[in-house]
Amino acid sequence: MTRLQKLILSRLALGIATLFVVSALMFVGIELLPGDLAQQILGQSATPETLAAFRAELGLDQAPHTRYLDWLSGVVQGDLGQSLASGREVTDLLSTRLANTMFLAGYAAVIAVPIAVTLGLLAALWRNSLFDRSANVGALSAISMPEFFVAYLLILVFSIKLGWFPTLARIDTATSLGQALHVTFLPALTLIMVVIAHMMRMTRAAIINVLAAPYIEMARLKGVPRWRVVLRHALPNALAPIINVIALNLAYLIVGVVVVEVVFSYPGLGQLLVDAVASRDFPVVQAVGLFFAGTYILLNVAADILSILSNPRLRHAR
Amino acid sequence: MGNLLTIRDLRLEAGSRSAPTVILEGLDLDLDRGEVLGLVGESGAGKSSAGLAAMGFVRDGVRIAGGRIDFDGTDLARAPQRTLRRLHGRRIAYVAQSAAASFNPAHRLIDQFAEGPILHGTADAATAQADARALYRQMQLPDPDEIGFRYPHEVSGGQLQRAMTAMAMACRPDLIIFDEPTTALDVTTQIEVLGAMRDITERFGTAAIYITHDLAVVSQMADRITVMRHGREVETAPTRRMLDAPQQDYTRSLWAVRSIRKPEATGPAEPVLTLDGVSAHYRDFKALDDISFGLCRGRTTAVVGESGSGKSTLAKVIAGLMPPGAGRVAWDGTPLAGHHDRRTKDQLRQVQMIYQMADTALNPRHTVRETLDRPVAFFTGLSGKARRARVRELMELIELDPDAFLDRRIPELSGGQKQRIGIARALAAEPRFIICDEITSALDQIVAEGILKLLIRLQRDLGLTYMFITHDLATVEAIADEVVVMKEGRIVESGPRAQIFDAPRQAYTRRLLASVPQMDAGWLDRARRDAARARSAETAA
Repeated sequence: MTRLQKLILSRLALGIATLFVVSALMFVGIELLPGDLAQQILGQSATPETLAAFRAELGLDQAPHTRYLDWLSGVVQGDLGQSLASGREVTDLLSTRLANTMFLAGYAAVIAVPIAVTLGLLAALWRNSLFDRSANVGALSAISMPEFFVAYLLILVFSIKLGWFPTLARIDTATSLGQALHVTFLPALTLIMVVIAHMMRMTRAAIINVLAAPYIEMARLKGVPRWRVVLRHALPNALAPIINVIALNLAYLIVGVVVVEVVFSYPGLGQLLVDAVASRDFPVVQAVGLFFAGTYILLNVAADILSILSNPRLRHAR
Repeated sequence: MGNLLTIRDLRLEAGSRSAPTVILEGLDLDLDRGEVLGLVGESGAGKSSAGLAAMGFVRDGVRIAGGRIDFDGTDLARAPQRTLRRLHGRRIAYVAQSAAASFNPAHRLIDQFAEGPILHGTADAATAQADARALYRQMQLPDPDEIGFRYPHEVSGGQLQRAMTAMAMACRPDLIIFDEPTTALDVTTQIEVLGAMRDITERFGTAAIYITHDLAVVSQMADRITVMRHGREVETAPTRRMLDAPQQDYTRSLWAVRSIRKPEATGPAEPVLTLDGVSAHYRDFKALDDISFGLCRGRTTAVVGESGSGKSTLAKVIAGLMPPGAGRVAWDGTPLAGHHDRRTKDQLRQVQMIYQMADTALNPRHTVRETLDRPVAFFTGLSGKARRARVRELMELIELDPDAFLDRRIPELSGGQKQRIGIARALAAEPRFIICDEITSALDQIVAEGILKLLIRLQRDLGLTYMFITHDLATVEAIADEVVVMKEGRIVESGPRAQIFDAPRQAYTRRLLASVPQMDAGWLDRARRDAARARSAETAA
């Protein structure tokens, strides 16, 4: 077995162990919240008898560890259970929301990643120029503004003043791709502005770090033009940190969108999670939480693998 | 004039324009086609800056403040970047000090070779690759047809340096700048690399500027030598005359550095630290293989070998930084635990270490006082006035003025001063035995000489026992009483200095000794012949 295969297997095993820990922590977290689903649905005025009966029906009268183990044995067999609030299969509930979340994340990523990397390369190429400074100031301002603020600002300008885009990003199965791209442009733009700065600054820093290496001076003394020095001599050696920051931001695009989804009423996983936590619907919370954790783990493993593949010293280890 | 390169009154500055640091001042250089000029000087003399300036190139923060750099009719000091780029790599090429750091780790050797010719339009990819193989062959690289398809990390240092010379030749330049190209190599490797470089420049009639601090090396390579100091030329003369009759005092002092000789040890040789069948491994790699020898009280034992011979591992085992896999280390007959955690404080005190890179071995945030105060407090338990007095005493031992230096921070010191602080820190523990790990390799010859003299004096005054690890045989000859020659984790030969140097018994020792550069003109040719013969003898045996 090669080193790479060993690494992938060990990371995946570690990831599965992490998922167990995450699910246990989430379960404890929900238990610690005051009230439960029966209380939420029946309200404060419900009699103790009706509450008890309803809890028995949902299985909430059992000890916490029994409920967790029940749920866990289901998950191991591929059954995520039913939503306590609606009685629907969690898998059904998740599937459309998941597709929506991935759509929005992909939309933002396809625009943000190339722009961020290009801006970072140009900033490194023209270091300390006017371009570099404005890019840095712009990136810092974008990073410093909270995303709900950016979102409302965009709504104010592009929906209310200019009327180009709707304020709400409602899509369903009937929405065409073109419509969906139009309707979700503002939430996508909000996400782009949040993630672009981080990736751009890391790309710039990684390239500048490599530009100090002796082999860069050697390349310049061979008469290699500056842009080619950056692209061919610096970039391949700066890929590992760049890949890692991209992976981190892709993960953020998928799991960190709760605020943006709520602002734009976008029917994604974030909204679902917020609703499920409010109603203490633990099978749904667990499913969404596991998905988020799994996304992080997979993207990080992918980033590690790509970093290794981008480095000949690791790829052709002696 | 038929000159290829004429530098007149060149001035380089760094730092602010109002209060600049002068890097080069009033430098004049002339170079004919096909001629090799040696630039010699200590670090900071400005010889690398002069070499780069001959390409019209200055490092970040440095600027050309005056003078002309006339390369075949073009003034490089005023030429635009476009013009310089067309010359770089095509008509003027560069060979850097560390080939391992100067090859891009992300690309294959042959692609890096071909980049220049393709970019400058002197060859297409296929022609460039064919030429690379031919040049690799001329540089006597092993497996010349295939070696180009390796990545830099898959090739040894000496081979990389030859591949880099081949790369510099790619466009058949008129001038090559060799910037200390063999400084990072072992002596035996150096011979092959020097020979290959000289052959190829002669073959293509390429002019070269050969930058080095090693006089013996430059005397093999250069037609003329320029000695530099503090950014100025000291003197220039044809090689023979420069070696036989240097005019300036500074030049003579450079020539005289290798003259220290420690007096022959007298009295009984009484082993105080003994190693018995010591072996050590890094995973599957056997770094030390059944090492047994004794270090004598009050004497200096030099451990010599090329990189990878296990000499630094040996130091780690003795210091308790790396537990041996087998065997034992004993001090005065008492076995020392393999791991320093399990040694007594007194045992720790007795064995101290001084490191090659004083820069990284001393905490840059500390003052000299803090650096010395802590080990004094830890090992001697002194406090208050007595401790302050002891710190001052240590400074006097290493010949630095306590009032001037105690409150300086480490980065404010020169390389030699830092190494002296490293010695004082070791002395703070009042040790009986000091391991010196390549402590002069990073220093200039004149500074190194001062450190060696200091160590000899300290040994006489304090009765210290030294283990001196080095790859530099000139240093060994200067200060060793006993010599241990190591190769691939084993002891090849050991004995008193005179015996090893005058009557070596092993072929490897003879080859190592023959590899030390000598100033006489025929040394390189002789050494190459001897090396070839010695290698075949070793393989036969």
